[in-house]
Amino acid sequence: MSRWLALVPVLILATLALYFAIGLRTDTRTIKSILIDKPLPAFDLPAFPDDGKRITPETLKGRVTLLNIFASWCITCRVEHPVLLKLAMEKRAEIIGLAWKDKPDELKQWLEELGNPYATIADDRIGRTAIDLGVTGAPETYVIDKKGRIRYKHVGAIDDYTWTNILEPLVKQLEAET
Amino acid sequence: MIAEIGHFSLSLALTLALAQATLPLYGAAKNDARLMAFAHAAATGQLLFVAIAFAALTAAFVTSDFSVSLVAQHSHSAKPLMYKIAGVWGNHEGSMLLWVLILALFGAAVPAFGRNLPETLSARVLAVQGMLGVGFLAFILFTSNPFLRLDPAPLNGNGLNPLLQDPGLATHPPFLYLGYVGFSMAFSFAVAALIEGKVDPAWARWVRPWTLAAWAFLTLGIMLGSAWAYYELGWGGWWFWDPVENASLMPWLAGTALIHSAIVVEKRDALKHWTILLAILTFTLSLIGTFLVRSGVISSVHSFASDPTRGVFILALLVATTGGALTLYAIRAPQMKLGNLFTAVSREGGLILNNILLVAITAVIFLGTFYPLFLQITTGTQISVGPPFYNFFFVPLSIVLMIAMTVGPFLSWKRGDLGQALWRLKIAAVAAIGVGVATAVVGTGSLAVLAFAAAAWLFVGSLAVIAGRVGNDWTKAWARISGLPRATWGMVVAHIGVAVTAAGIAAVVSWTEETVALLKPGETAKVGHYEVRLLTVEDVKGPNYTSKLGRFAVVAGGAQIDELVAERRNYPNPGSDTTEAGLRVRPLDVLYVTIGQSHPGGAWTVRMYHHPLVFWIWGGSVIMVLGGALSLSDRRLRVGAPRRAATMQAAE
Repeated sequence: MSRWLALVPVLILATLALYFAIGLRTDTRTIKSILIDKPLPAFDLPAFPDDGKRITPETLKGRVTLLNIFASWCITCRVEHPVLLKLAMEKRAEIIGLAWKDKPDELKQWLEELGNPYATIADDRIGRTAIDLGVTGAPETYVIDKKGRIRYKHVGAIDDYTWTNILEPLVKQLEAET
Repeated sequence: MIAEIGHFSLSLALTLALAQATLPLYGAAKNDARLMAFAHAAATGQLLFVAIAFAALTAAFVTSDFSVSLVAQHSHSAKPLMYKIAGVWGNHEGSMLLWVLILALFGAAVPAFGRNLPETLSARVLAVQGMLGVGFLAFILFTSNPFLRLDPAPLNGNGLNPLLQDPGLATHPPFLYLGYVGFSMAFSFAVAALIEGKVDPAWARWVRPWTLAAWAFLTLGIMLGSAWAYYELGWGGWWFWDPVENASLMPWLAGTALIHSAIVVEKRDALKHWTILLAILTFTLSLIGTFLVRSGVISSVHSFASDPTRGVFILALLVATTGGALTLYAIRAPQMKLGNLFTAVSREGGLILNNILLVAITAVIFLGTFYPLFLQITTGTQISVGPPFYNFFFVPLSIVLMIAMTVGPFLSWKRGDLGQALWRLKIAAVAAIGVGVATAVVGTGSLAVLAFAAAAWLFVGSLAVIAGRVGNDWTKAWARISGLPRATWGMVVAHIGVAVTAAGIAAVVSWTEETVALLKPGETAKVGHYEVRLLTVEDVKGPNYTSKLGRFAVVAGGAQIDELVAERRNYPNPGSDTTEAGLRVRPLDVLYVTIGQSHPGGAWTVRMYHHPLVFWIWGGSVIMVLGGALSLSDRRLRVGAPRRAATMQAAE
């Protein structure tokens, strides 16, 4: 057996290990949205609870916000909820909720039971806006910059790790933009 | 207090593993009998300490000691005792502890069963096992300590994921780990052989039982997981090509190749470089399986402990173990003697073909699993690889494999006669053509027809191995049958298992019928040749769940032949739903009924499947395990290898 041939396996492993190492730093779960760096798609939704106010992309302009897609029927949203509550209470982020295909009484009960971290909730009862946004499942969170553009999309629950390592630095950076 | 005892004895195990990893190695190099003998004591001691730690964690779970953080997170006082115990490994930290316990178990089995091993070899094998122990014990103690306390202790725990509260899943991880970790023995033997610079038939004979045992456990583990997914997830699927499932299939395929190539080393003193490499590869794939589930590097429905810091640690472990072994291989392999020669058409040639095909299938699955990751890192493009990719490669390769593995046993060593082998398979050929024509007439895709034919070919061809040994003289038949070595029986039985599983897969893919209906009590829907009538839906309260329980009458030919119960359970802790399908299991088909949401007006969503031969998939796996067990009980493995020097002379 040749000396060089015997080296092949260890070289293959080195290449693999390199990829795995990079892979550990890359979040393979984020599915890149084609809407990144584009303005929010047009929508006009009632607020929840319905006080006559309409929520449109204009509502989200002028500061950095998190647009959180959630629903009372979504189990993972329950997991995410305490994290959002903490962020809202410590005033570290303004969170706009998009209630996705939810029933008003169930939504109301959910908020009463678990608390309300949302500055405003848009009621997307038929789920049209979620389709325009390209929502793949709840929960999802979009980081919206001051000009109302989508700058980042997070699929799945926000946990302490994603907040401190991904979202918080991004929010700080966007707040520094003019 | 109990948790602290566990933590402390885990630390002791780490210290002992450090000694086990170094002293015997030095002893073997200096030929110091006392240092080599220390390996045996250390391996036994390690089992003792890890077992104490495991018992301590189990005690914490059983007594619902919620001051232990892990117990509070994953258990609940209202849980049945069996699932309190299963909860020990239903989480990342506890499952790693189980992993190390099994590692220690295999390590301690060397002094218990390997008395006839040469001293230097067993010292080196145990030293390598010790190194693995150091790595994984350090991983547990420094990144995943299961004994951390919680202050103040909560009144009750979060509860185990209800999907995991099931007998199938309670037993699936232990068997899977017995398989994964069992391959560490093949790895340790390979590294020890590289250190000694000697690979011979005696070595192969020592290595084979360990590999065979690990392979049988892994087969059982994969089978339990697949069966669990079938009846618990509620959508009638049994394999999803999910990265974590692939992670268990890859070491299984490589391990299957390994038990075959080790035969060539044992019988013919050839294929030595390849077998060593395969042993390293098999355990590496087990490690990569661990890496996949725990690092979050690949997203999967199974990844239960995504934590990048742990990922880094496991990656470092992977690089250290496999990198170390392969570097040793690069240095030592060129110096090892090449084995005996043989022609392409021979038993050896057949086993090489088997290895090539199995490794090709492994490579396909590896690519499918990791290609999305590689592509994303290299070009930033995101894709996902789905079942079409796997089926496109996996199915044809498996069919070729089945055709070849039928012929292999009829070829003689060194130089075989293909024509004669095929002639002896004439009945199998007739069976294959018959089954192929029959399934084509019933109606299915061309690839499925080929799969059915190949399964029949393999089934009858394997029986022909026995028939061939018996010969035409029926008066001597019994004497000849009972004289056949168990290893031959094992091979025949395991191959039949493969045929049964393959036929099951082909049938389910070809002839599954699915009906989704909205039914009110008293209404009927059809699936396959069955009619299913919803009788009642009741509210039922279980020990730690509430449930909607649907009763169904199964009607065939106008008469009620069976009653099925399907449930939709809601577990308030931690708040999730599970489906308990109602199954009517028959040898030739399974009727599968689940109950879904209720609708206004008193109707319920009812989902029904008719799955022909689906039980053959798991039945075949059990037959494979039996084959493995038969082969393990072969006399030559129990008696052990002949003295090494004698073998060396014979081989040279």
